[in-house]
Amino acid sequence: MQQIFLFLYRLRAFILFLILELLALGIIFTHNSPQGAVYFNSSNKFTGRLLSSKNNFVSYFTLYSANQALAEKNASLLNRLDRMTPVVDSAYIALDSTLSNNFNFWSARVINNSINLSQNFITLDKGKLDGVVEGMGVFNEQGIIGRVKGTSNHFSSVISLLHTDLLISSKIKTTEVFGSIKWDGIDSSEAKLLYVPRHVMVEPGQEIVTSGYNAVFPEGIPVGKVKEVSYGNETNYLDITISLGADFSKLNFVYLVKNDLREEMDSLEIEMVNPSQ
Amino acid sequence: MTTVNLLKYSFSFCLYLLIQVFILKDLVLFGYSFCFLYVFFLLSLPHEVPTISLLLIGFFLGLFIDMFYDSFGIHAASAVFLAFLRNSWIKAIIPTGGYDDNVPPTLLNMGLGWYIFYCLPLILIHHLIFFYIDSLGTDLYLPLVIRVFSSMAFTFLLGAIVQAIFYKKERIV
Repeated sequence: MQQIFLFLYRLRAFILFLILELLALGIIFTHNSPQGAVYFNSSNKFTGRLLSSKNNFVSYFTLYSANQALAEKNASLLNRLDRMTPVVDSAYIALDSTLSNNFNFWSARVINNSINLSQNFITLDKGKLDGVVEGMGVFNEQGIIGRVKGTSNHFSSVISLLHTDLLISSKIKTTEVFGSIKWDGIDSSEAKLLYVPRHVMVEPGQEIVTSGYNAVFPEGIPVGKVKEVSYGNETNYLDITISLGADFSKLNFVYLVKNDLREEMDSLEIEMVNPSQ
Repeated sequence: MTTVNLLKYSFSFCLYLLIQVFILKDLVLFGYSFCFLYVFFLLSLPHEVPTISLLLIGFFLGLFIDMFYDSFGIHAASAVFLAFLRNSWIKAIIPTGGYDDNVPPTLLNMGLGWYIFYCLPLILIHHLIFFYIDSLGTDLYLPLVIRVFSSMAFTFLLGAIVQAIFYKKERIV
């Protein structure tokens, strides 16, 4: 018995090494999935506050481009507002409730961001108390950014589109052909459009927008443009490279969107798949 | 370890951590070359520090850095690995005449040749583990290799400069 203890004592460094290494790997594999709790990341109170004070300082350097982008967004919104204002006239009929507004928007500021790893995350300065919940979509005036993964009271952690596990349902604007956007881990300005069948004609330059099928994003938010089309190794699908609209290296202000009907849609879909429940 | 040394190393722990997460996190050359300067904190601890303490220091340093990088334990895993190998590696490459007591393994104390031989393999293993775990979701090997080697060069270069400027040569009695 004593021999065994002596043996273990001599191996104590190795045993501690194994324990710590397994602990670290445990953290990696439980927390690195796109869904999950947030403890060891930058949306907790301590790191969030530090990062936001750093961002207060650094954000001055990007104010010019942020202002310009906001001004452009304002202009396009004014245009749309103008088109959508109903004409006051006796022939005006209220439309069906399916077309009514069920998306809510918030704005937030990016306080932490990375683009060079294979699994990138973004931290925003709005949290639970501001109404941010898990699963909300994040985008800016140039294109989609990601999806909220977890929230603390004042901060939230977002899976960037530059995360190799995130899929966003999208479609080609002109032809309405849909597929999924996924980042391939190489270049922060490019991504792939998956699951587009080979018979579809796709031209470089065509615009990609969100499809609205997964209930995270409303339909028609820009994603990017088709850059290159080829017949890849896959037998059934085209290999489409798109250039992303959003410049991830210069994120500053972003919008959050929440679909009020999402839970209803999700539960309906689950019921359709498992009718027994 | 004396109280003065303890204070000194705690201070440098915080400094390495803050510089890593506030400055070097945003400094990535060409999208490939990262600088993980914090490994030099582990590398320049005195060689009398037992492996057990080294493992714990490495784990918590890695975990703190993970919080800011949003990398959930990847830094911790690779830093623990580096901490585990460090003391054995120091023993393996013992120069003729052995080590002097109370002389930490830094660039000016040990000379450039020995220092390169000491740092590069450990940094290589650390970076290999870090970028391998990071790339698990993908099947890209060329970018992985480029990242590992360019980051190794960048980390070592900056680390050696920091060593040359901020670390004093200990008087050998």
